Amino acid sequence: MSLIAFFGALESGLIYGLVALGVLISFRTLDFPDLTADGSFPLGGAVAGISIIAGVNPWLACLFGMLAGSVAGIVTAWLHVKLGILQLLASILVMVALYSVNLRIMGAPNLPLLGEQTVFTSFVTDSNGYWMRCLVIGMVVILAKLFLDWFYNTETGLSMRATGSNLRMAQAQGINTSKMTIIGMAISNGLIALAGALFVQTQGGADISIGIGTIVIGLAAVIIGETIIPAKRIWLITLAVIIGAMLYKLFIQVALSSSALRSIGFGPQDLNLITALLVVLALVLPKAKSKVLSRKVRAS
Amino acid sequence: MMQANDLRLTFNPGTPIENPALRGINLNIADGEFVTVIGTNGAGKSTFLNAVSGTTQVDSGSILLNGIDVTKKSAHQRAHWVARVFQDPMAGTCEALTIEENMALAFKRGGKRGLNFALNQNNRELFREKLSVLKLGLENRLSDRMGLLSGGQRQAVSLLMASLQPSKILLLDEHTAALDPKTAAFVLELTDKIVNDNKLTTMMVTHSMQQALAHGSRTVMLHQGQVVLDVSGEKRRGMTVHDLLNMFEQTRGEKVEDDSLILSQ
Repeated sequence: MSLIAFFGALESGLIYGLVALGVLISFRTLDFPDLTADGSFPLGGAVAGISIIAGVNPWLACLFGMLAGSVAGIVTAWLHVKLGILQLLASILVMVALYSVNLRIMGAPNLPLLGEQTVFTSFVTDSNGYWMRCLVIGMVVILAKLFLDWFYNTETGLSMRATGSNLRMAQAQGINTSKMTIIGMAISNGLIALAGALFVQTQGGADISIGIGTIVIGLAAVIIGETIIPAKRIWLITLAVIIGAMLYKLFIQVALSSSALRSIGFGPQDLNLITALLVVLALVLPKAKSKVLSRKVRAS
Repeated sequence: MMQANDLRLTFNPGTPIENPALRGINLNIADGEFVTVIGTNGAGKSTFLNAVSGTTQVDSGSILLNGIDVTKKSAHQRAHWVARVFQDPMAGTCEALTIEENMALAFKRGGKRGLNFALNQNNRELFREKLSVLKLGLENRLSDRMGLLSGGQRQAVSLLMASLQPSKILLLDEHTAALDPKTAAFVLELTDKIVNDNKLTTMMVTHSMQQALAHGSRTVMLHQGQVVLDVSGEKRRGMTVHDLLNMFEQTRGEKVEDDSLILSQ
């Protein structure tokens, strides 16, 4: 694997680190199976894209993208808490609806951003692009992580965690669980949309299909992260899922670069298969590890 | 102070499994009173408790807490006035959160939650102090996950949590039913102590007649969704389970058929 390829994987890993943080909030903290991600990721990209073309400051464009994602998350949460629609179903409905919304926003199936100002323009030169982009995205990821680490330790953050852990008990303690779910989903999809906004600026354009599989990558990142770095403290958990995203992308890059695999016909079309196998491995390994350990203990 | 006026609630009305759980419950509890509530299976004890806590909405009737009509309010809105300990130790606490985090949640019951840190040196000290009273060593395990504690330990902490903030009524929902006899006795002793120390208005639902008479100052018996017995003061002092059963027979003209109600410790 070349240096460029390595940094490319790192860059992608950092972007999807934001997705992993979003998935952490919905799937783990709120216990809300949320598939909106496949719609909010391109939504963030689309809104940021048209803002940039309209001449808006690229950082502000990212903010607009993030807010759009938050709105999508709020809609999903609202469908569940106010209309009683099952969480998974509510998120699928919003994801499906966003396909049309995204097409409308972009006005076409894709939106080129070549030559436009991006958040990287003022930092990147012809030679340092491949690592400078990682640095800029890394800064954003660190800020997002620090925000979450702080938020989870506040009274409101704790209320949100209680909502996902034990709804009835949370209500008995005076927590408005509907409000907490809505806030959590807003933050979650805001982060995922932010990832989308950054993604389109690295790719030079937004496309209607960039969201497909976002949730799978996010889940893979969270599972891999939790397996490699089992943690109880919040700051370590958020770090773990970001590292999980980076490891996932690096692993994919290794698999794609491998001449051994290429010789047997493996190609980019097998990415989803590799992802699924990787997640199964990540889920099975901890159990296998503890079985081996307990056998050793019994033998001694 | 709690007033329940003519509470009526039917589950699944108009269907073959229609169940009139509450058929006009009237009960007034004065400030500082400790009332025990007993009843046969299906008498409506838990339903009544859920109605007072706001978990279930009644069909008709009203519930007043300190003169404020809370009938239409949801459970989380009533949390300002209502403290509750659930029957299932798992249901009353968040097992994924630590002991101190659970206590921090209870500490803010009824209050506004903002962006201050949920845990700080001050409230950790308070929690440690409160936990040491239990003499279970839990004050040294503040950052252990709640899921690691046994059922009895969790109920003890739940009781403590319920008393961290003042309440207009403390609801105890057969809170020792899931515990072994020795632990149940420990939790009941703790209940008496906490209720006494904080002068809490309390309503304890129990499935044991013996327990109902041994604790509190007043005993109410529910049967088929209504209050059929209400004893307190002189009449109640020195009453045995046998006396209670006779009283029931006289009032209702039928015997109590529920063995576990009569025989449980």
